[in-house]
Amino acid sequence: MSYNTKMTALKTENLHIGYRSKKQNITIASNINITLQQGELVGLVGTNGIGKSTLLKTLTQVLAPLSGNVLIKEKNSSQYSSNRLARVLSLVLTEKLASKNLKVLELVALGRQPYTNWVGNLSKTDLPIINKALQLTNTVHLKHKRCFELSDGQLQNVMIARALAQDTDIMVLDEPTTHLDMYHKAYILKLLKKLSKETQKTILFSSHDINLSLQLCDKIIVMTKENVAIGTPKDLIQQGIFKTLFPKDLIIFDDLSARFRMST
Amino acid sequence: MSILKSNKAIFSFLIGALVLCFVLNICLGSVIIPFKAVISSLLGYKVEQQTWVTIVNQYRLPKAITAIIVGSGLGVSGLMMQTLFKNPLAGPFVLGITSGASLGVAIVIMGASLIGGIFTGLITSKWTIIIAASLGSFLVLLAVLLVAKKVQDTMAILIIGLMFGSISAAVVSVLSYFSPAEQLQQYFFWGLGSLGNLNWTELFILFIIYSVGIALSILSIKALNCFLLGENYAKSLGINVKQSRFIIIIATSILAGTITAFTGPIAFIGLAIPHITRQVFGSSNHKILLPAVLLFGAIIMLICDSIAQLPTSNYTLPINAITALVGSPIVIWLLLKKQKMIF
Repeated sequence: MSYNTKMTALKTENLHIGYRSKKQNITIASNINITLQQGELVGLVGTNGIGKSTLLKTLTQVLAPLSGNVLIKEKNSSQYSSNRLARVLSLVLTEKLASKNLKVLELVALGRQPYTNWVGNLSKTDLPIINKALQLTNTVHLKHKRCFELSDGQLQNVMIARALAQDTDIMVLDEPTTHLDMYHKAYILKLLKKLSKETQKTILFSSHDINLSLQLCDKIIVMTKENVAIGTPKDLIQQGIFKTLFPKDLIIFDDLSARFRMST
Repeated sequence: MSILKSNKAIFSFLIGALVLCFVLNICLGSVIIPFKAVISSLLGYKVEQQTWVTIVNQYRLPKAITAIIVGSGLGVSGLMMQTLFKNPLAGPFVLGITSGASLGVAIVIMGASLIGGIFTGLITSKWTIIIAASLGSFLVLLAVLLVAKKVQDTMAILIIGLMFGSISAAVVSVLSYFSPAEQLQQYFFWGLGSLGNLNWTELFILFIIYSVGIALSILSIKALNCFLLGENYAKSLGINVKQSRFIIIIATSILAGTITAFTGPIAFIGLAIPHITRQVFGSSNHKILLPAVLLFGAIIMLICDSIAQLPTSNYTLPINAITALVGSPIVIWLLLKKQKMIF
């Protein structure tokens, strides 16, 4: 029953996503109805080019929806000012940092920008939040290093710390496990799981690591050409949705172990 | 806390150095004036020779203040361009502002001679040159801003700025091809840059516009820091990217355009000062960098001007040559010492 008392963090109503151009609208996916609750870890999977990034961009207000609504904390996302939005929704993107010379502490502190004054001075209340973000991501020892000195895995950790410092109810990550080895993929996803439980944040990430996501996520969003489905990993496996995700000539989905393997 | 302390020490040192360079700059020149007399005339006390007072108050003091404005203004606009375009090679002039100013001046100096008649009389007026340079850089700025409004991609703005610069340079080449040697030389001398041409009225106007540019830069500190993460991150942090970019471009254009109009194109300072500052402070935080660049820019410009005067001789070297001669070794030395470019 506690499921129902939790707040809805992110919800879409008949959302159509795509790109507008002068001549015509290019629809990428239509009739998307998904609901994410507070404290859930949600993975978004689908093949390359299916529109995962477009969906994330639309959910985070970078792109306008073609039609339909995105509700953030039960309020239409277009009603948020950019600063209000920055206080409820934080991002971890795939794009490279413009300056890799920033110290880790400075980078994480930039997460506090939506709350600082016109010149960006940190107040006394900001420092504990920054330290907490570093502790939760186990990056305290990296505090005084510069970003170019970090490994890819460490940098991803630090970027998550920055998003944490932004202190938002929702965190959206675009392919946070790309370029990482298997151990660090697991490490990052496990960290996201821990964060969603300990801080009651709604965490949505896109990923190609379906095997790992199925083991950790509360819910999975599967994008296929036909539709966008959402459900618990168990339900989705029962529906057989992963069997249709890829062409069957190379890899097949094994229901029992809940993972893809080479077809022999 | 240790970082804060050491920064404080560097800042106190820089302020001390600025005062020292300022006084030194005024003391040095083709005429030898005793140190005591310089200080007395600055403070308004009686000095044995009236000519000394005139030299110090009407020539050396405005020139030193111009040096401070030019060095700090170009340094800050270079810093903003490097951050905005995420490019360590950017400077205050990447948006085609100098080329615009050059075009304006070229049209007045060389174009007027082609048309001949009543226009030739205007050429000698200093204000004509200033207004032409301002108009030129303003027109290029306007074109860049119109583009910036339409184009989403910051890199596209950079390329378009460079293209505007190329077009202006091409027009200047065509003009100079048809111009007589005398006008060509006059244009050439303008292109060498000069700090010592301003009287107090001109300096006052320059200072007012400079203050507006610096104020806009200070207002942009928070946005500039967010741009260090990239534009999409800046947006996700609640920064209005388009508006901030607009303000940064305007501030740069005001600073670089006006300074170029009054002193001619001063090369190198805008590119080098931000690098020197980053290497010395080891930081990318604009709250530290901006005031530091102001100080470094002013100090280096004062030193360059002192050298250009060739103290005790009657010659003055072109300031543009000195800035590069003094600045380049400093940048190379810092890079060799730290082994790593900080950006």
